[in-house]
Amino acid sequence: MSLRLFVPGDAGAVAVGSDEVALALRDAASRRDVPIEIVRNGSRGLYWLEPLVEVETAAGRVAYGPVGPADAASVLDAVLSSGRVGTLGPAVVEPSFAHPTAGAEHPLWLGPTEEIPFLKRQTRLTFARCGIVDPASLGDYRAHDGYKGLERALAMSPAAVIETVTQSGLRGRGGAGFLAGIKWKTAADTPADQKYIVCNADEGDSGTFADRMIMEGDPFVIIEGMTIAGIAVGATQGYIYVRSEYPHAIAALEKAIAAARREGMLGEGVADSPHAFDIDVRVGAGAYVCGEETALLDSLEGKRGVVRAKPPLPAHKGLFGQPTVVNNVLTLATIPVILDKGAALYANFGIGKSRGTMPIQLAGNIKYGGLYETAFGVSLGALVDDIGGGTRSGRPVRAVQVGGPLGAYFPRSLFHLPFDYEAFVKAEGLIGHGGVVVFDDTVDMAKQARFALEFCAIESCGKCTPCRVGSTRGVEAVDRIIRNEDRAGNIALLQDLCHTMQFGSLCALGGFTPYPVMSALTHFPEDFGHTPSLQAAE
Amino acid sequence: MSCTAGARQVARSGEDALVQYAPWDRETARAIIVGERWRPGALLPILHALQEEFGYIDRAAIPLIAEILNLSRAEVYGVVTFYHDFRSAPPGRHVLKLCRAEACQSTGGDALAARAEARIGVALGNTTPDGEITLEPVYCLGLCATAPSAMLDGRVVGRLDEQKLDALLAEVDR
Repeated sequence: MSLRLFVPGDAGAVAVGSDEVALALRDAASRRDVPIEIVRNGSRGLYWLEPLVEVETAAGRVAYGPVGPADAASVLDAVLSSGRVGTLGPAVVEPSFAHPTAGAEHPLWLGPTEEIPFLKRQTRLTFARCGIVDPASLGDYRAHDGYKGLERALAMSPAAVIETVTQSGLRGRGGAGFLAGIKWKTAADTPADQKYIVCNADEGDSGTFADRMIMEGDPFVIIEGMTIAGIAVGATQGYIYVRSEYPHAIAALEKAIAAARREGMLGEGVADSPHAFDIDVRVGAGAYVCGEETALLDSLEGKRGVVRAKPPLPAHKGLFGQPTVVNNVLTLATIPVILDKGAALYANFGIGKSRGTMPIQLAGNIKYGGLYETAFGVSLGALVDDIGGGTRSGRPVRAVQVGGPLGAYFPRSLFHLPFDYEAFVKAEGLIGHGGVVVFDDTVDMAKQARFALEFCAIESCGKCTPCRVGSTRGVEAVDRIIRNEDRAGNIALLQDLCHTMQFGSLCALGGFTPYPVMSALTHFPEDFGHTPSLQAAE
Repeated sequence: MSCTAGARQVARSGEDALVQYAPWDRETARAIIVGERWRPGALLPILHALQEEFGYIDRAAIPLIAEILNLSRAEVYGVVTFYHDFRSAPPGRHVLKLCRAEACQSTGGDALAARAEARIGVALGNTTPDGEITLEPVYCLGLCATAPSAMLDGRVVGRLDEQKLDALLAEVDR
């Protein structure tokens, strides 16, 4: 029995050196003649501690972090030296060898991983396995409650599966927040010879990485969720549309799909049932707008990612003109736990119409950045100040953008807002895909407003005029405001332009770009050379 | 595999991350296109496969794809030019992508991008005249809790700062 270590293979951990740490640990172990096994798990989501190295002990895992390659040898020595036998060598490495207090004297020792407050305070339903299992192992997935949801689903009628999803209150986690069960029912009720399940993994919002994390850390849960969806609506083919910026996620998904096919969990007769279901991974090509579901469908069909007018809804007429369920990664990854544990358990979390838990991503200039899954209702201030610990730079928090590049910038005065779809809409923002990007007091909000419009101009699919033209005219207006050219007139023009974009655009790109622009202007008028009194007079 | 274009970009440390591209060759291109055309909606997988082979989409590929997929040249051209990923010319020997999105802006990404531009001597979106390095903006690598982020020849780099950036540039210069 060798010593079992966990060193994340998650891209976020790799980006800060986890590959080098794994190599250094292997090297140190072989020089000490100690047999070790390194599992390249997903990330626990405690990114300020990455690379986070965990050691399996008789009483659960113990963490060290952030571990650099230069720390590897000393971490290994700390683990080994606190063992029952004083001499090093293979003989001492027994299953019970690594004691929970092993290496506690090491400066990077963090104690039992599950006891780290950032993790302990979370409610992990969607992310229950992420960072724990070996993402390449179907056996490990099963050993951690994997495929229990599918087992339940196969024992139910498709209609009952859909009803369970509806009862859970699960809403689309991509940002639109539409009830998943209703979408499924619409597709199920539309007769067709061929239907599709499309997993939207085009996670383009800055400040979000939950899709990436779960694709890399627990890919089988997405496969299971898609399979359940396929059986429920009568679809036999699934596609996962992943952005090209996520090569690690693509590799993890391909590996998991191949394993699922080998073990009869994809293909003809899934899990010995009469149902057929298979999944193909498709790679995007750097177009942000393809995260919009109809543009994504056109892209999957091999066309320009141009937004379609709705109706028809994709559930009626989607991919290749067939009924299609398009769900975000997190929506599909939450299906198995809902089927396994029941709709009521899930729906008991949350507030108002926002049921269940949300994997919130704390990002940007934040001290404790990472993945924080919790029930809806937590306040923005609690997320930023208490959980996130304020800024990484140590300067005061000035603005927080929630929901990606189309989300509003909030000042501290709105930190009481509960994380809830409706509350954020009421405050003229959105929760989107759950990304929270923190800015300190060095931020120039006029520059941020300009960027929002510039990004829209770069990424617009060009189909509708408000988005295509409005974004560029908006950049020009902000430039004139910054240059102090007829400031009042140009602010009025910008407001008018935003109004047109918001109500006249075909999709969320043009429709929501006004959120960051208008919120910057409303909450931070001083950055536009605009005095608060002038604004009040309007 | 439809995704090899992406999967091949995964570079682990210790490996030579530099990708050597083949020079444009019509027959190779034809074989790639024919090999992928069975897929429903085959155009994007085809373009990814061509770019993986040659490093860019040669203009001569457009009529070839159009003929094999029974599409108009305009349709194919429209798709190639719509997506930011597809290049019309070969990239430099190294490709350095710097994230320019909000989470990286909040952690000093603007200054790092300016530093990279100044040191390399080209603006984002360009290749140095000697063909050594292509500097590209990217809008989010999903590494937003360890921002600012970069990607050098497919290798992800987080917590980028001046020292790390300079080290990456020195690596390219080697």
